[in-house]
Amino acid sequence: MNAISLLILFPFVAALIIFITKNDNVRNVMVRLSAVITAILTLAVVFLYFNDGITYTYSHETAIDACIMVIEILVAAYIISAGIKNKKYLVSIFSFMQTTLILWFEFTQKNGIEVGTGIVFDKLSAIMVLVVGIVGSLICLYAVGYMKWYHIHHSNYKDRKSFFFAILFLFLSAMFGLVLSNNLTWLYFCWELTTLCSFLLIGYTQTKEANNNAFRALVINLGGGIAFAAAIVFIGMKYDTLELSAFIAMKPGAIVMIPVFLLALAALTKSAQLPFSSWLLGAMVAPTPTSALLHSATMVKAGVYLIIRLAPLLGDSSVGRIVTLVGGVTFLACSLMAISQSDAKKILAYSTIANLGLIVICASVGTQESLWAAILLIIFHAVSKSLLFISVGSAEHQIGSRDVENMDVLLGVSKKLAFFMLIGIAGMFLAPFGMLISKWVAMKAFIDSDNIVTVIILAYGSAATLFYWTKWMGKLVSKANAKDQTKHKFHLDEELPIIILAILVVVSCFGFPLVSKYALIPYLTAVFGKDAIYPINAGDVKLMLYMLSMLIILPIGFIPIHRWDKRRIAPIYMAGENTGDNESFHGAIGTTRKVELRNWYMESYFGIKRLSFWSDIIAVAILVVGVILLIGGLT
Amino acid sequence: MTLLITLAIVILTPLAGGLLTGLDRIITARMQGRQGPPLLQPFYDVIKLMNKESMQVNTMHRFFVYAALVFAVFTAVILLSGGDILLAIFALTLGSVFFVLGGYASNSPYSTIGSERELLQIMAYEPMVLLTCVGLYYTNSSFFIRDIISSKLPAIIYLPGVFIGLVFILTFKLRKSPFDLSMSHHGHQEIVKGITTEYSGKDLAVIEVTHWYEVIISLALVYVFFAFAMPLSHLFAVMACLIVYFFEIIIDNSEARVKWQQALNSAWIVTGVLGTVNLIILSYFR
Repeated sequence: MNAISLLILFPFVAALIIFITKNDNVRNVMVRLSAVITAILTLAVVFLYFNDGITYTYSHETAIDACIMVIEILVAAYIISAGIKNKKYLVSIFSFMQTTLILWFEFTQKNGIEVGTGIVFDKLSAIMVLVVGIVGSLICLYAVGYMKWYHIHHSNYKDRKSFFFAILFLFLSAMFGLVLSNNLTWLYFCWELTTLCSFLLIGYTQTKEANNNAFRALVINLGGGIAFAAAIVFIGMKYDTLELSAFIAMKPGAIVMIPVFLLALAALTKSAQLPFSSWLLGAMVAPTPTSALLHSATMVKAGVYLIIRLAPLLGDSSVGRIVTLVGGVTFLACSLMAISQSDAKKILAYSTIANLGLIVICASVGTQESLWAAILLIIFHAVSKSLLFISVGSAEHQIGSRDVENMDVLLGVSKKLAFFMLIGIAGMFLAPFGMLISKWVAMKAFIDSDNIVTVIILAYGSAATLFYWTKWMGKLVSKANAKDQTKHKFHLDEELPIIILAILVVVSCFGFPLVSKYALIPYLTAVFGKDAIYPINAGDVKLMLYMLSMLIILPIGFIPIHRWDKRRIAPIYMAGENTGDNESFHGAIGTTRKVELRNWYMESYFGIKRLSFWSDIIAVAILVVGVILLIGGLT
Repeated sequence: MTLLITLAIVILTPLAGGLLTGLDRIITARMQGRQGPPLLQPFYDVIKLMNKESMQVNTMHRFFVYAALVFAVFTAVILLSGGDILLAIFALTLGSVFFVLGGYASNSPYSTIGSERELLQIMAYEPMVLLTCVGLYYTNSSFFIRDIISSKLPAIIYLPGVFIGLVFILTFKLRKSPFDLSMSHHGHQEIVKGITTEYSGKDLAVIEVTHWYEVIISLALVYVFFAFAMPLSHLFAVMACLIVYFFEIIIDNSEARVKWQQALNSAWIVTGVLGTVNLIILSYFR
């Protein structure tokens, strides 16, 4: 048994043990321990195989296949019965369809197809493993502290913590399998497992809303699963292979594009692109670690990972253009819609979908430059977004709300938390932080590949992005109503992951030239067979690092000054009606009224109803055109 | 050498910006039938502010305007030393974000509204600024200003639409009417002095100096459209900058401030039509 098998199996075993442990304290220790071991295993695997990579297959492959098949049937049986029990018949039908399709293929058609390499560990897998392993285990660690408070605050929900933690680890296991499998049936199996896990996690609270949203996630992802299954059958029957690497190495042609389109469709559902994005927005009802996991390290990243793998086939093809356009519409529409939201988790959800759209664009444009940007976006987004989600989760415990409008007190309640949240937000859109570096290269890549429409979409989308993040930051720095707030203390289980992730956000910005040099450039060179060029000028990188250093030094240089600076503190100007405490003013007929400052949401411009209706229609239309082009390409 | 150039840029940019602002005030006064202040009035103002007592509403909010100044200087250095225009724009945006956060941090009603408006303005002009960079890259395959201004033909030939769009949104950047929603130079706005309401003394002086840098940065964007390999073209480019600035003054004096809806609509539509069409045509011929 090598380290890679251990990496895939360990979280699975941990999940089983955690599931059967009923004592809270014992289980908490085990979750922490498992999270740490997972992280260590991740590092060990990457350390061992990073340089040379490794491809191999297991000698007892048929046994593994049989195991997988049994589990697949069990899962299908569970989903079908759950669907019938909850009167969600579409779920049952979808599950039935894909399972029969795969079983039929396995038993009647698969004979003679040999899979030479079941597992591929290359530079891209290494990055994905790192993202899943490090960010994922930090979220698991955070979940320990979070769930304790969650059930104190929400005593009406049934306490199923052992189930919750078990699924978190199962999820990690499935994600490791997903990014390491080269065997398409294994990949598909892990793909379906992540769907199941997200279904179970979203439905955790068992309220009506949670139940509905869980089933919505399930039905959409199962729909994508059908496309995936169909692609496998097509590839297996037509080309007698089940290896992803062999499939990708094919020449792009009209016929090959059919499974590519199907796989891309599956990826779009998993990455919550329009018109399939509603499931990710619904996923908010779950406890915060779920959202953090779904949005940053797992699930949605699986979709874009697949598209990045498919990139050499997508490139200039019509399918590639279609996927690019879907990503573009998603990026723009969701960036605009995020403006009209005040619920922090919703803003994060829209921003996730938008950024995934950007990654989809980059991946499907399929040049070396754009893939460079896409992979870096995955890294930066995972780190920043998980930091934001878990700090919003903690803020919810501390101020009792996750509405951005109420976060103006956060600076008074917990300076640290506000500060970390600011770092997370800065990481999402500001120079010289990661996301912006990737956006910059993405822009360059789009111009170089003459995707002028995407450039324009990027320009407008970035402006909207700036708006909604900055107004959130504004609330965080404003320190309103400081008087009636009590200070809260952080729970160490919550604080530690937040600190580590905040450090990772900053470190990843300093470290991206290294990632580029040792992982991205070699990977892209290998994929395209020609030398990849470092897309950012060396002088610019230096300037960026100066900027980053300035951002770190500036606040430090400022702290001592106002210790001995004798400036007078004056009351805020309120046209002479300030009562003196800066929080209220003299209103009409002698009343005292509280000052309430609100952000702009511009509902009439960026309201969800209208925008999502039209953007869904456009996205559907684009996909329909894609199908037509595909069929047209055959004749 | 690099150090000298950097130093020269850091010192000369605000001087030029201040002089232009002084000129602006004279021209504006003449348009209104007044005599106007002396040319050096902006400098007198800043010196006077420096010597005044600085009052503040909390200990945090002045940090942001200093940060804004630092990044405005940084932008000016990148731009004027021929660096990467896109990186410069990103640094400038960072500075603007700091400025906006300063308004929020003072937690005063007037400056918070000013901040919201400022943010809206940034959102309105940002697409056009980015498309300007894209257009310049299109014509030269380089984001570096030193490459752009040493090309065979001036960028304006390829990018007339983008240029007009840029001039349109420079009204935001130069804080001129009709798009001076977030803070007006004149203290009789409906939100007092908007985003800068709570600043005084040194802090206000810093804001003024930042604005001088921004004036020059804005005009540098105009400059790159006209300068090319021919040495004489740099003279034309300077003249173009002055003409554009004069044009903005006329607009400032002849237009009333608009509502935010009109500001956003007009900027995005102008960007969408002029910038986009220009770029699409350009990509067609490439």
